Amino acid sequence: MNDALPSFVPALPEMFLAASAMVLLVLGAFQRGPHVAREIGWLGVVALAVTAALVMSFGYERKVSLYGMMVTDGFGMFMSVLTLIGAGFAIVMAMRFNEREGVARFEYPVLVLLSTTGMLMMITANDLISLYVGLELQNLALYVIASFQRDQTRSSEAGLKYFVLGALSSGMLLYGASMVYGFAGSTNFDTLAHTLEASNASIGLIIGIVFVAVGLAFKVSAVPFHMWTPDVYEGAPTPATAFFSIAPKTAALALFVRVMIYAFGELVDQWQQIIMAISVASMILGALAAINQRNIKRLMAYSSIGHVGYALIGLAAGTPAGVRGILVYMAIYVFMNIGTFGVILCMRREGRLVEGIEDLAGLARTQPMLAAALAIFMFSMAGIPPLAGFFAKFYIFMAAIDARLFWLAVLGVVTSVVGAYYYVRIVKIMYFDEPKGAFDPGIGREMQAVVLISAMVILFFIVFPSPIVGAAELASATLFPG
Amino acid sequence: MIVQAICFYLFAAITVASGVMVIAARNPVHSVLFLILAFFNAAGLFVLAGAEFLALILVIVYVGAVAVLFLFVVMMLDINFVELRQGALQYLPVGALVGLVLLVELILVFGAWVAGPEVAQSIAAPLPLATNVTNTAALGQLLYTRYVYVFQASGMILLVAMVGAIVLTLRARTDVRKQDINVQVGRRRADTLEIVKVRPRQGV
Repeated sequence: MNDALPSFVPALPEMFLAASAMVLLVLGAFQRGPHVAREIGWLGVVALAVTAALVMSFGYERKVSLYGMMVTDGFGMFMSVLTLIGAGFAIVMAMRFNEREGVARFEYPVLVLLSTTGMLMMITANDLISLYVGLELQNLALYVIASFQRDQTRSSEAGLKYFVLGALSSGMLLYGASMVYGFAGSTNFDTLAHTLEASNASIGLIIGIVFVAVGLAFKVSAVPFHMWTPDVYEGAPTPATAFFSIAPKTAALALFVRVMIYAFGELVDQWQQIIMAISVASMILGALAAINQRNIKRLMAYSSIGHVGYALIGLAAGTPAGVRGILVYMAIYVFMNIGTFGVILCMRREGRLVEGIEDLAGLARTQPMLAAALAIFMFSMAGIPPLAGFFAKFYIFMAAIDARLFWLAVLGVVTSVVGAYYYVRIVKIMYFDEPKGAFDPGIGREMQAVVLISAMVILFFIVFPSPIVGAAELASATLFPG
Repeated sequence: MIVQAICFYLFAAITVASGVMVIAARNPVHSVLFLILAFFNAAGLFVLAGAEFLALILVIVYVGAVAVLFLFVVMMLDINFVELRQGALQYLPVGALVGLVLLVELILVFGAWVAGPEVAQSIAAPLPLATNVTNTAALGQLLYTRYVYVFQASGMILLVAMVGAIVLTLRARTDVRKQDINVQVGRRRADTLEIVKVRPRQGV
């Protein structure tokens, strides 16, 4: 047994991101001045961009490294880049908000970078140990971000709730992982897949997989493990909510797909029914529970639960087409959410953030551009063609039909029609109700850019779908060996 | 052999019993003390298994640091645990039911333990033989080679915990007078001293 230090080159993106987070931390601690938070924020965005370039430089080829602890492949690359984009936008969106709320501190972008490092580790994990460590790195930073407005009870409460339920789900995941290790003799995904190929799964292993799936379902907030989501989304500062609904969700879903399809792919008959059940429950709850919401952040929480339900259809299919559907869905979901939260962050009245849905009344008359953008995002989320959200659902349902899961596709269409009600209701309130008073002008150039970019992506996806769909096609193929 | 078996059952029984006492004890300080007892016995189990490094780490870190910290917190915070526990009884049936289901499941699972022949070969990262190297060296060899990636990442987690604690609790207080050596050294006589000519019988 003479192991040597492995080559760290494959972990270059993670290492660069971690190192830049630490450099920015030191820089922020020694800098004085009124705009430190903003400067560190922009430097953080640059670091994320460089990391994305590093991730992309590895290409689509599948390569296992660091003694099987991590894997670089097209699937990981696609999801990593999505996560990095989400994190970058989250930092930009938080700048002005934090300054206005008096919490403009340089630790915010640093924590976002650290949690993004954890997300990259999750996405490229090839072992249950690196999966767990990445997950904890991500989560621990997220708990702090949730309670970043520490003088507000709501924010602290959100952080505490997130922490307690996150710890619970981590416990379940670890319990499942220990069962898997006990019955399959390994935590490595390659070895697990190999072992399962050779022998039948014992009941203990299946219980272990169920626990791992429960832990991961907590992280993607799929029903029935969703109960933390609305409270945390409502209580956390709005830019943090935007971050939660974009980056961690993408990373956790990537992890879910990799564990299920790659490591436990042989047992697809065993876990398919679980995934179908949570997918159906998430779609139904996402559609029905959102109808009664008055707070737009709570509404977005239920909407994200519903979206996870749709994405999980692709996982239930368990085919390359299904994984491609998930990748396309998540890419479009990320941009829809960035745009929607961008608009939410722009709506202030008398210096306070407007969060009630009724308060949006007459937005079309006071701020027509913002209203138009929000209408685009809402129609896209409802899945109305020709916007991008329609194609996201289209690829998923196609995959479900190819895998002969007809009733799942039908249920998906039905729930998305029900869900369309509350999305379209927002548009109705903005365009046809009497205005309740003017919104504060001056939303800032960076917020305009954020909303504009995401609106462009959603609008013109139909014209140029190939960058996303083509990359998703190549990426999903790398997850299925042979 | 028989001595080892007796030791194992003794340690295991005391661990479980003190684990029960941790949640059953009325006084929180007693709970923490039982926790320490449980840690000590778990360390004994580690020694029996030949993992003396883990045993000592358990005693040093958990008993020496974590449990003592618990003790401090329990004594400093005046929490009325009886009050906290009042609602617990109504959740007992549900909790007991879930626990029972889990127990039955576990018995079923471990009763039917069958490991395939290839499982033995694929066991992740077997430790070097205990006869060749010491426990500590074996752990070091694994941590800094095979698991170096996650080892470094664990360091990052600790960093996040540190940053988080500072972000959430550090406040710049304005009502504190801090010593600033630069200001003290750079002080001139003219800033603080004024010579007043006092005429006789006129006062200042």
